[in-house]
Amino acid sequence: MIKAILIFNNHGKPRLSKFYQPYSEDTQQQIIRETFHLVSKRDENVCNFLEGGLLIGGSDNKLIYRHYATLYFVFCVDSSESELGILDLIQVFVETLDKCFENVCELDLIFHVDKVHNILAEMVMGGMVLETNMNEIVTQIDAQNKLEKSETFIFQSPRQDR
Amino acid sequence: APVSGGPRCSVPCPARPGADTTAIMPAVSKGDGMRGLAVFISDIRNCKSKEAEIKRINKELANIRSKFKGDKALDGYSKKKYVCKLLFIFLLGHDIDFGHMEAVNLLSSNKYTEKQIGYLFISVLVNSNSELIRLINNAIKNDLASRNPTFMCLALHCIANVGSREMGEAFAADIPRILVAGDSMDSVKQSAALCLLRLYKASPDLVPMGEWTARVVHLLNDQHMGVVTAAVSLITCLCKKNPDDFKTCVSLAVSRLSRIVSSASTDLQDYTYYFVPAPWLSVKLLRLLQCYPPPEDAAVKGRLVECLETVLNKAQEPPKSKKVQHSNAKNAILFETISLIIHYDSEPNLLVRACNQLGQFLQHRETNLRYLALESMCTLASSEFSHEAVKTHIDTVINALKTERDVSVRQRAADLLYAMCDRSNAKQIVSEMLRYLETADYAIREEIVLKVAILAEKYAVDYSWYVDTILNLIRIAGDYVSEEVWYRVLQIVTNRDDVQGYAAKTVFEALQAPACHENMVKVGGYILGEFGNLIAGDPRSSPPVQFSLLHSKFHLCSVATRALLLSTYIKFINLFPETKATIQGVLRAGSQLRNADVELQQRAVEYLTLSSVASTDVLATVLEEMPPFPERESSILAKLKRKKGPGAGSALDDGRRDPSSNDINGGMEPTPSTVSTPSPSADLLGLRAAPPPAAPPASAGAGNLLVDVFDGPAAQPSLGPTPEEAFLRFVCKNNGVLFENQLLQIGVKSEFRQNLGRMYLFYGNKTSVQFQNFSPTVVHPGDLQTHILSGPAQPPVDGGAQVQQVLNIECLRDFLTPPLLSVRFRYGGAPQALTLKLPVTINKFFQPTEMAAQDFFQRWKQLSLPQQEAQKIFKANHPMDAEVTKAKVRDRGRVCRPMNFVGAGIIQTKALQVGCLLRLEPNAQAQMYRLTLRTSKEPVSRHLCELLAQQF
Repeated sequence: MIKAILIFNNHGKPRLSKFYQPYSEDTQQQIIRETFHLVSKRDENVCNFLEGGLLIGGSDNKLIYRHYATLYFVFCVDSSESELGILDLIQVFVETLDKCFENVCELDLIFHVDKVHNILAEMVMGGMVLETNMNEIVTQIDAQNKLEKSETFIFQSPRQDR
Repeated sequence: APVSGGPRCSVPCPARPGADTTAIMPAVSKGDGMRGLAVFISDIRNCKSKEAEIKRINKELANIRSKFKGDKALDGYSKKKYVCKLLFIFLLGHDIDFGHMEAVNLLSSNKYTEKQIGYLFISVLVNSNSELIRLINNAIKNDLASRNPTFMCLALHCIANVGSREMGEAFAADIPRILVAGDSMDSVKQSAALCLLRLYKASPDLVPMGEWTARVVHLLNDQHMGVVTAAVSLITCLCKKNPDDFKTCVSLAVSRLSRIVSSASTDLQDYTYYFVPAPWLSVKLLRLLQCYPPPEDAAVKGRLVECLETVLNKAQEPPKSKKVQHSNAKNAILFETISLIIHYDSEPNLLVRACNQLGQFLQHRETNLRYLALESMCTLASSEFSHEAVKTHIDTVINALKTERDVSVRQRAADLLYAMCDRSNAKQIVSEMLRYLETADYAIREEIVLKVAILAEKYAVDYSWYVDTILNLIRIAGDYVSEEVWYRVLQIVTNRDDVQGYAAKTVFEALQAPACHENMVKVGGYILGEFGNLIAGDPRSSPPVQFSLLHSKFHLCSVATRALLLSTYIKFINLFPETKATIQGVLRAGSQLRNADVELQQRAVEYLTLSSVASTDVLATVLEEMPPFPERESSILAKLKRKKGPGAGSALDDGRRDPSSNDINGGMEPTPSTVSTPSPSADLLGLRAAPPPAAPPASAGAGNLLVDVFDGPAAQPSLGPTPEEAFLRFVCKNNGVLFENQLLQIGVKSEFRQNLGRMYLFYGNKTSVQFQNFSPTVVHPGDLQTHILSGPAQPPVDGGAQVQQVLNIECLRDFLTPPLLSVRFRYGGAPQALTLKLPVTINKFFQPTEMAAQDFFQRWKQLSLPQQEAQKIFKANHPMDAEVTKAKVRDRGRVCRPMNFVGAGIIQTKALQVGCLLRLEPNAQAQMYRLTLRTSKEPVSRHLCELLAQQF
């Protein structure tokens, strides 16, 4: 099971946090900091797996991460998940983000937290993988965008929008 | 070139370097145009300092609050915008304590995007307010009934992401229906399967198995691969509890796997990932098969073996793509295949192929593969078919330990060396690990120390090697050598007279070093005090030399070590009468007799007097050599298991592949801990020197440093039963006297209902003198909460008076440690303190359940995982009276069979409920009982079993 999915940048600023197990808000922030600390001090070219921090369950859990330019994508999983499988999943996630945002960058994640959550929700649900087929995920997101556009067009009144 | 794990990536990068450094608005708004949100985020990003950011956030929070509270009804769009802002603020690490109601209102919007953001808010900011949950559940109910698949999926997502018990209670019965309904859309089925899985994981008792299970198994044949993927995950979880109900999934999984494995890389179209057909589903299917033994049906088994061989063959083929994603996906399947082969452990041919494949990976240029290969080989090492094959890679693994740059990989290498160790290679492995220890990362030193200590003990052919190894450990990594390790070497030396002389000689030499670790002084002091006479014949280590060597370290040591050395000195007086005058001089010195530390002072005074007044015979009796220690599980092994969590130890207890390993080292049968009654000299030896500062004075005898080694309760200055006995008596009763001594009596009355309890404590002053500053306090180390309703009215308690204290107790979740009551007061000017365990044990929150015998056994079967069960066989402590026993069991649940007592009940805590089943089988002839507990939560089974076993 996936316990948590975290995205933060090279300075440790969280860009997405999704926990599939209940933690208090304080603990969530501590986990993000602890995870950043663990992951960011690792060299490039070492392996992509390490034991989880104490807060998230220590050696019973693994952190599986990838580092893309300014962002770390970290999945915290228990022993029932395949390490390489999760690496693939991170890749699918990133490629999907890239398709949905057309050449995604960190700013897209900042300004569209809700969208990133929605994309993730098409892939992972309650800590289990729902869908790995990128085309299927993108189709769903496109459909949502269309719905959104039609709803926005009808209801938005831009003047008082602050 | 593809570089796995590196910063470069062969697909588009989601982050343009430097993109974050300029706080600008996104160039193109992607259609949704929540301008207010974008402006707010830009403001935050333009903040120059943390303070400015907080100020801006507080301003925005105030703004949103006033909008939400305002008279003007907000339209859905505004609500959505504000909820988005709150999500953003939350992500930055600020608490959000409002907005839930607005989010709930969005749920009933008929606009998809508003509904979606409402659900998102709720699953990110879960709130346990019950009124709110009722409203959320209502909205979910409507969406589930809406027959609009997008709305249904949103609702299912919400249930799965929150996964609370309340939601389980509301929907657990509906979801299976949605899952197997013929007219459900694929996406709904997918979501329903995972939703059900989540609810089952959170509260298994809420998900009733039924006729739907068979139809779930058949989802493995579904045309939609996404549905199959979700179904496999669900079945993998459900079948662990009820393997028989889902047995048919094996053949279906095999045929599905076979179709994927043998398909061409283009057959599965969208589910083909970098030329690998459906890697994720293959991995999941292989995991599912690991829940079952090899298929019995020959045709199914043949087909499966064919699959496994195909995967192994494909590993040797040239890659279809140079991209790292291709090899990752391919190897994900390969590693899972190897895991299945290891799990079956029945096909020598496949096992050897698997081992060879892993051997190739050990030298692969990709760090990830080396890491995984080391990890898989660890499990392979415990198979008797492949243990030898694994051993052939020893040089590669040792090399990995020395040269890998990545500490994660080095750690796996150390694990593998540990797993592949046997008598033939123990010396090599231990010496490599010792060498590694000199440079090892601080984080894993303690673990390496434990492993070396265990291997050295387990595979010692001659014990001088063992002694050398442990002393080397202390020399190299003294700070990481825990008490367990050096206690153990003392135990072994004490128990084996063939090594005592060598040990004495070696520690003597080790102590010559100008700077040696304090642990070395402890071991040296203990061993010379016991066996120094064995080397006293050599003038270079004559008694005066031994003494002055030890005493030269004395002043640099901590109090605990100095206390131990004082005990060594008094032992010297017995061993070497010629040292008596010198040692008495040392004891008599003001620095000892008037030492500020009470323990040191007491020892000096007592030992000095003992040496002066006792005759040689008495002295010889009192200071006799320590008797052998009773043998039980190595405390080091226990510690390693604790460190690595359950299961980690199993690779170590390898009785299977090396049955001869018992003959030397494990030869002593474990004895129940009650047998060990330490001789009075145990205490004199001074290992128990200073009680840890935290230990409360009154219980200092009971829970002490050395329980593991000496296991002896010290004398208690109380009347009647010791506090520990009294505590145990309260496991099955609620009222009585908890403690009594000459001064004070403490009585208890308590009642428990569901997860709440109330306890009345009565403190009686038995003397005729007032107690001053009387203060009873309660500390709860675990997940138990107590509130003191009313304390003793006035701090002084008059002679002969009784005061009362009322505690409210709330059990938050299952707990192991009872709360502690600490009572302090002054009696005739002298401070008094005692600490007692309050009789609040997990079984107090037991609610008996009525259950027919048939139901009982069905549930019994459902809780069949090994870790759910705890069992104990023990001698009856009380006369075996059926009626009394029945009453005791009934306290814990319903009884339904006369000769064989069973009970069922639920432990109520605030966070969760734990279903418990109990079975007690008496054997009147042997006066023995067998008690078996099965609960849905592992530590609870063990703990309850321990508690209850003492009651019959």
